[in-house]
Amino acid sequence: MRREIPLLITGIVGIVFIVQYFIPHYPFGRMSDWFSDWFSIVASCAILLGALNLMKMSVLKVISRKGDWIYALITIACFALITVIGLAEGRDFRDTGTGFSWLYDYVYSPLSSTMFAILAFFVASASYRAFRARNFEATLLLLAAFFVMLGRVPVGDVLTGFLPESMQMSHLATWIMNIPNTAGQRAIMIGIALGLVSTSVRIILGIERSYLGGE
Amino acid sequence: MLKCLDHLAESSRSAFLSAAFLLALAVFAPLTFAQDQPAPPLTDSTGEATATPLAPVPPTAVTAIDRPNDAGGAITISWELSTDDAAGRVTEYKILRAEGAADGPGPFTEIGNATAGQNRFEDGNVEDDRVYFYKVAALNTLRENGITLTETTVESDVVGPVESHAQWFNTGRSRVLVGVLILSGLIIFYIQRARAGREIFIRKIAGLEAVDEAVGRATEMGKKIFYIPGSQDMDNVQTLAGITILGRVAELAAQYETHLEVPVSRSLVMVTSREVVKEAYIKAGRTDSYNDDQVKYLTDDQFGYAAAIDGMVVRERPATIFLMGSFYAEALVLAETGNSVGAIQIAGTGQPSQLPFFVAACDYTLIGEELFAASAYLSKEPRQLGSLKGQDVGKGLILVAIAIGIILETLHIWDVSKLFTVID
Repeated sequence: MRREIPLLITGIVGIVFIVQYFIPHYPFGRMSDWFSDWFSIVASCAILLGALNLMKMSVLKVISRKGDWIYALITIACFALITVIGLAEGRDFRDTGTGFSWLYDYVYSPLSSTMFAILAFFVASASYRAFRARNFEATLLLLAAFFVMLGRVPVGDVLTGFLPESMQMSHLATWIMNIPNTAGQRAIMIGIALGLVSTSVRIILGIERSYLGGE
Repeated sequence: MLKCLDHLAESSRSAFLSAAFLLALAVFAPLTFAQDQPAPPLTDSTGEATATPLAPVPPTAVTAIDRPNDAGGAITISWELSTDDAAGRVTEYKILRAEGAADGPGPFTEIGNATAGQNRFEDGNVEDDRVYFYKVAALNTLRENGITLTETTVESDVVGPVESHAQWFNTGRSRVLVGVLILSGLIIFYIQRARAGREIFIRKIAGLEAVDEAVGRATEMGKKIFYIPGSQDMDNVQTLAGITILGRVAELAAQYETHLEVPVSRSLVMVTSREVVKEAYIKAGRTDSYNDDQVKYLTDDQFGYAAAIDGMVVRERPATIFLMGSFYAEALVLAETGNSVGAIQIAGTGQPSQLPFFVAACDYTLIGEELFAASAYLSKEPRQLGSLKGQDVGKGLILVAIAIGIILETLHIWDVSKLFTVID
């Protein structure tokens, strides 16, 4: 029964989700929203499990003074600080001018933006590796990237200004993006969609059950 | 003589003062008496001088229908634009509604408006099974300096009665239904065939073939394996697919006695992953080696998650990293950090925009459908392999449809393309 009941629930919910897509009438039309709400409620309750796990791991690391325990200490301190301030400020903790919003605006947001900004450097290093002309395919990739990058800046059209407008660099870049790139993207997306349908059928029929643990 | 000179000077001063007075009058008089000037003539929206705006021709062919394919509660009103619309003699349309009474429509009230040039309005504030009547009025408003002076309204004929109802089938999605039935039918058919014992050929997937090699490498080096199941929750099929592969990786890691760590960003993923890893260790006969803390929660925040894993990767330098699931902008941050420490990396995602990053930064990448095929591929279970066969046959049908579509579109025959239109 430990397996059968979850499989039954999964199968029923899966079928209901398919049916509600085609039936707008109440209650089917509302089911997607209801399930989403329920998922949010369950996920919100489960966050406690995650938070407790994080604290447990961090406290154990600090007590044992293992490796980088100082980071664990910072994690505990930050967790405690934001929790205490959030609770102390009550229901309006997100209002402008509260300590919580200050921490959000001046600590969390800049840190998050910093991580996002690092992406630019990683794109540069990954591009350097990907665009090395090691074989025919990589050379094609390099050429396509060269034309697209040049076509996206004004100097591209300046360099090819002597050519008819339809053959200038910006047009070539647009053509590469709209035709070969879109065709490739769509091929991948069709594959993904089919994979999703196949996986969903396996889950609904109970053939795919490894997410429940084991076969 | 002196008298004569004095007289001359007196005359000159008088002339000068008179000229100065006239000049001042000429300059200041218009300002002083400006309010007494006549007002500019009133104009309508075309600029013609008139006291009242011209009455526009009313909108025609007004229709009010129950909005199709919805859950009720909405009526769509459409009309043909007034012939004065293009000439600028219509400033807006007002939509008037009356509830049905025993002897016809009751009093009309304005329920909304549409700007000139629009010929459609959705009344989303109706009750199902109640009778309504509608009129559309064209307005020509006379304005001066942004202030409405007068307006002329001309109403269309009354349309109705009309009622809204909830529909039991969304006809706009009927083609999706046909597609789902065909694909599901094919998948189920091939599952049955596989169950009957038919052998099924599956092409090799390099990324999945390399799983054993990657786990073995970590064992040889005596280093950890990191398994990152994406940044999304359990309601994402990609996360499910990632966790399925986790089972296989955990089993291998248990067999080789290599330490596996699974940092997750969602509590529900943590709970599910623990169950999967635990089962895998039991299956491998290494129950004692399993520890709940192998699967650890970091944070729900996208970049916080990426930063935490980056720190772990740089400090602990794992030999192997698996990135399987749904990723967004954190994909390249994670993959490049793993690459920088020389870890062998196998990635898989169904996010087309992140695939190029994985291809550039990882040793093997499962592209889209390969991620979803992984469970069947690794388990070699006939029914699962059958579903892959059905999926491939479905892909073949789509390829044929695309080829036919290309030929017919080139010949300017559009009927096949229309079969794939979905009206939402």
